[in-house]
Amino acid sequence: MSELMELNYTVSNEDFTRAGEASSDVKKKLKQLGVSPDAIRKVAIALYEGEINMIIHAYGGKIKVTISENEITLILADKGPGIADIDKAMQAGYSTAPDKVRSLGFGAGMGLPNMKKNSDKMDIQTEIGVGTTVTMVINI
Amino acid sequence: MKVSDLNNLPEFTLLSDSKESDITGVFCCDLLSIAMGKAPSGSAWVTVMANVNTLAVASLTDVACIILAEGVAFDSTLIDKAREEGIAVFKTDLPIFDAALLVNNSL
Repeated sequence: MSELMELNYTVSNEDFTRAGEASSDVKKKLKQLGVSPDAIRKVAIALYEGEINMIIHAYGGKIKVTISENEITLILADKGPGIADIDKAMQAGYSTAPDKVRSLGFGAGMGLPNMKKNSDKMDIQTEIGVGTTVTMVINI
Repeated sequence: MKVSDLNNLPEFTLLSDSKESDITGVFCCDLLSIAMGKAPSGSAWVTVMANVNTLAVASLTDVACIILAEGVAFDSTLIDKAREEGIAVFKTDLPIFDAALLVNNSL
């Protein structure tokens, strides 16, 4: 499949003021490319939740977005603590986020479920003490 | 109704303007994680959560405007950012339910 565009971003640790920069930028680029509003919304939500997760749990990380003719692939890689129990983490409402994060309106245990809901394929590779890589594919 | 029509309601004060768009519904939620997943595009989003992430969620979900209820307001930095990003923001002293009801009755 021909690749139209590749975008790379770095998410900083604990910087909630910059959360959403990657998602906003990707959203703008997808609009310019004429991608459907539905697909753009899915990408924006999935990516934003991923950004927030990396800030809350993983000391930041790297995002790679690949746009091809039929799909958008989001790869979010961090060197955080890893996810101890993926099944639990995927349950809506389960959260290990600290109180200061909850006071900002996050940490409700909706991140990973929202990411799954908004992507057509999602894969999580995680190792305790090493990091986590989440790959999401959204069809366009 | 148009976003600018909210200006005609004395209960609402405009903090940041945007390009004209239609309000197609009302959405109430303070948890950004839920708002992110569920706020319908084109809705007037009523919340008391006023931080920079509120703007990010509004922008990513394409809501028509943010209505800050219960007398909550953005500080000047956030108002500037909202203007920069073209996100319409209103504030009101009304509680969330009453603010939402007022918008809904005006649709």
